Parts: sequence; C-alpha cells; structure tokens
Amino acid sequence: MENGILARRRRELITGAVVLAALAVLPLPIADVYTRNLIIITLLFAGLAQAWNILGGYCGQISLGHALYFGAGAYVATLLFVNAGFPPLIGMFVGGAVGGLLALLVGWPCFRLSGHYYAIATVVVGEIGYLLFLNWDYVGGATGVYVPFKGDSWLALQFKTQKLPYHYVTLAFAAAAWFAAWLIEGSRWGFAWRAVRDDVVAARSLGVRVFASKMAAAAISGFFTGLGGAIFAQYVGYIDPESVLGGQFSILIALPAVLGGVGTLWGPVVGAAVLMPVSELSRSYLGGSGRGFDLMLYGALIVVVALARPQGLVSLLGRRRERARAA
Amino acid sequence: MLLEVRGLSKSFGGVAANVDISFVVEQGEILGLIGPNGAGKTSLFNSISGEVTPDAGEILLDGRRISGLGPVACAEAGIARTFQVVRSFDSMTVLENVMVGAFARHRTSRAAMAAAGDVLEFCGLAPRAGRPAWSLSPPEKRRLEVARALATQPRLLLLDEMLTGLTPTEAQSGVQLIRDVRARGVTVIMVEHVMEVVLPLVGRAVVLNLGRVLTIGRPEEIVKNPEVIRAYLGDRYVAH
Repeated sequence: MENGILARRRRELITGAVVLAALAVLPLPIADVYTRNLIIITLLFAGLAQAWNILGGYCGQISLGHALYFGAGAYVATLLFVNAGFPPLIGMFVGGAVGGLLALLVGWPCFRLSGHYYAIATVVVGEIGYLLFLNWDYVGGATGVYVPFKGDSWLALQFKTQKLPYHYVTLAFAAAAWFAAWLIEGSRWGFAWRAVRDDVVAARSLGVRVFASKMAAAAISGFFTGLGGAIFAQYVGYIDPESVLGGQFSILIALPAVLGGVGTLWGPVVGAAVLMPVSELSRSYLGGSGRGFDLMLYGALIVVVALARPQGLVSLLGRRRERARAA
Repeated sequence: MLLEVRGLSKSFGGVAANVDISFVVEQGEILGLIGPNGAGKTSLFNSISGEVTPDAGEILLDGRRISGLGPVACAEAGIARTFQVVRSFDSMTVLENVMVGAFARHRTSRAAMAAAGDVLEFCGLAPRAGRPAWSLSPPEKRRLEVARALATQPRLLLLDEMLTGLTPTEAQSGVQLIRDVRARGVTVIMVEHVMEVVLPLVGRAVVLNLGRVLTIGRPEEIVKNPEVIRAYLGDRYVAH
C-alpha cells in the first residue's frame, strides 16, 4: 500500500527520463526548420502550461492572467540585455523572479477571493498589465522592443540560423517545470495544495495554511512563467505588449493543461503536444482560406475534449491502467 | 480539565446559534453533545475547532485561550474534527487523504506515509488505502474522516454526527471505533441525535436547546430530566 505511491512516483520519474532522452534526440534527424520551430514552440508551451498547472491544477486556483508574468519575464530579461548588456542566459532568471514576485503581489489581495472571483480578478489584473506596458514609453510602449543581434552566443541566447540550441533551451525549460511539478506532487506542499483545491474547510481543519499554500503555488508558477517569457523573447527577437501581454496569451498558457488534464504531471505535456501542432497546422492550411477558420477548428477540438473527456486527455491513459489493475 | 468553554455566544445575522454556553471537558472522557435540530451543536463545534470566532466568551485548551485563533492554530494545539457532511478530498486516495492530516505533525512524506498507514490500520481502512476517496461507501467515508482527524495526533477529537444514518451494525462498529480512540488517550466530544447510541457511550452529556445549555449530567440523569423530555418530545410526555 505504502509502496503504491512510491512505486508510482518512481515509474513517473523513469517515464520522464525516457521522454526527456527521446526529445533530446528527436530534432537530430529533422532538418526542416519549420518542423523544428514547431517542436520548440510545443516544448515552450509544455513548460508554460506546466507552470500554470502548478497553481491552477494542483492548487486549484484558476488564473486567467498569466500573460502578466510571462510578459514581465520577457520584458525584464530583454530590457536588461538591451539597456544594460546583461546576458539573457542569467537575465531570464531575473525575469522569472520578477514573474514570481508579481504573482505574489497579485495573490496577496486576490487569494482572499474564492473560486470564480479569483479567476475574474486575474483577468482584470492581466489587462491592467497590458495597458500599463502599452502606454509606458520607457519600455517601448506599443512599438515594443527589438533584441539587437550580437552574434551567436549561448550567454546571449542568440543563434542566427540554428534552431537546435533553442530546442535544448526550451527542452530544459519544459523538463525543469515538469520536474518541479514532480517534486511538488510528492511533498508536503503538494498534499496541502491538493487538499486546498478539493476542500478548503477540511484542509484548514487539518492544519493546512490555505493562504500560504496558494501564495507558494503562485510564486513557483509565476517564476516558471516569467522564465518562459524571457526565453520566448530571446527566441523571437522582438516583443510588444500585444504579443506577450495580451489577454489571449493567458488563455493560450492555460489551454494545454486544461486539454491534457489539470492537476496531472503529463496533462500539460500531452496537451501541448496535441494543441500546438493542431494550431500551427490549421493556421498554415486554413489560416489563409477564411478568417478565423483555424481558430474554429481549434475551438471545436477543445469542445470535443471537454464533452468526451472532461478530465483531460491523460485520463485515457489512467483509465486503461485502472482497468488493468482491476483485472 | 482539558477544555473549558466560558460564556460562549455566537449569532449569525439575527439568529442566536449559541447563547452563554459554559461547560468543561475532562481529560480522557467521552462527552456527548445532544439536543434537537437547530440546538446549536454544530455551531458550537465550529467555534471550538476555530472555524468561527465567538461573539462573546472564550474557549480554553489546557488553560490557554484558543478561541479566535482560527482552525490552523486549533489543529496545531491538538483539536481535530470530523464533519457532519463528509468532506473527503475526492481527487486523492484514502491513504493520501490521511497523509494530509499526518503532515500536521510530520515534515517528510515518508514519515507522513508511515503515520497515515498506522492510522488506517487502526481505523480498519488499511485494505482501502489505495482506493480513490470518492469510491468509499458512506460508513467508510465516516471512518476516513475519523482517520484523517486522528492523523493530526489530536488531544481532543470532535465527532459531528458520525453515527447518524448508519445501519445498527455499522453504528455498532462506529461505537467500537470511538471506544478505541478514547483508549488511545484521545478525549472525545460527540454530537449525536440518536440518544440510544450516544448515552451508553458517554460519561456525561451536555444538552443544548435553542442555543442554550439545558442541562449537563450523566446519561441516566439526563433521560429523566423533565426539561430534556420537554425539549425532545413536548410538554405532554413529561411525567407529573
């Protein structure tokens, strides 16, 4: 019985290592830049969705304002580089820290609200961030910020033609977020957070500090989201409020987790692996044909999953395993 | 004396749920808390467990004031409770549910897991450890509530209608569990409607009616008390 949990955790860690190894060699036979780019974006979103999942899934605090932490990380790392020559390889951690700090600042008042009210408050806060950056000249306002190219360098995270380095950067990011979630699942915090999600009253009667739990989850979630924002900014080489702080971005970060399965280790990964290619392919094949046709397909997919598999795509795997155990 | 309630009052809006309630709980006893529907039993539990702050009066555990400190401080001080309507963590297994309680006293998950395993064994739920909490039967869910509360290593356990709605056999095994809990040195306050189940089990009972203490005494005194009979059955059953 006790070994059930430990064995499951070991199995998950081994699965994680195998997937990591497979993803490390995946791009080597692929020469095509388009596909490599698609994999990089998928990995980035697997990490971002995992970051969202840490707060929204495990702790049950649905945030629809994660673009704020993403944008903050992107802006902080980029401005440090552009204005002070601070290397993005280190700057991205500063961006992550700012993302985490912002999540704490948002959480301080907003976690006093429960359920849907927290979600609504985060929408508003995200929108405030967007408007703030849009009208703030020091950070480029609506024009945004270009990242000047200074030659291939790991320290600056700049590579003129190669895609491979960014494959490994985003893979490391997604793996770190996954590993953080794995650690949390087995720790005192993870238990407290899931208890908070399932039943707040019962949780606090057992000595769980509800507010502190939410704050800790928010800080870790915000950190990884900011980190992802910094990586995205260096990869794309240009940021403006629309592309990193827009409200639709908050939804995009949450969607893979929701589609794959909230509060699960593999949900965000599976969700991103399905959602990003679908979104990319539908855009390239249908995006030109009629306005928004690609988005309709995208939306339809989410509706189908929500109706048929409300627990997310990973529940398909879980169900088979449960049946095997029952037999 | 483990717990002392002094002049406790609590109103919700215009409704006085508890009015000037005072009683003491001795170390190691099983105290019954009985009374008709709406007498203020659960409300009193909510005050003792820290879920609500009383408007007046105070609650002392070992002479230390705990009222108004909130549920987390009360849990740390050694008060645990179960809920009338079960509140299991349904996305977790039975063992994981109990581990949440065990983490109140243990830092590492290995220690919490071992402690939770012991408690499940004690409560007779060990065979269900790996099951999802939602899949348990209603009497098993009641047991899970007790197990989770015990995992916090309480000195005082508040049981809110743990036996209500169970079949006589289920209730009997519930009664045995409560006796076992007391034998472990845990003091118990139990809220219950079913008089014939509670009275043989408890040393003393506090009878509440309309938010006030009607009487406090041993079971055999309580069943003869005209005030209690009046509160439960109405005037015409009182022997003259």
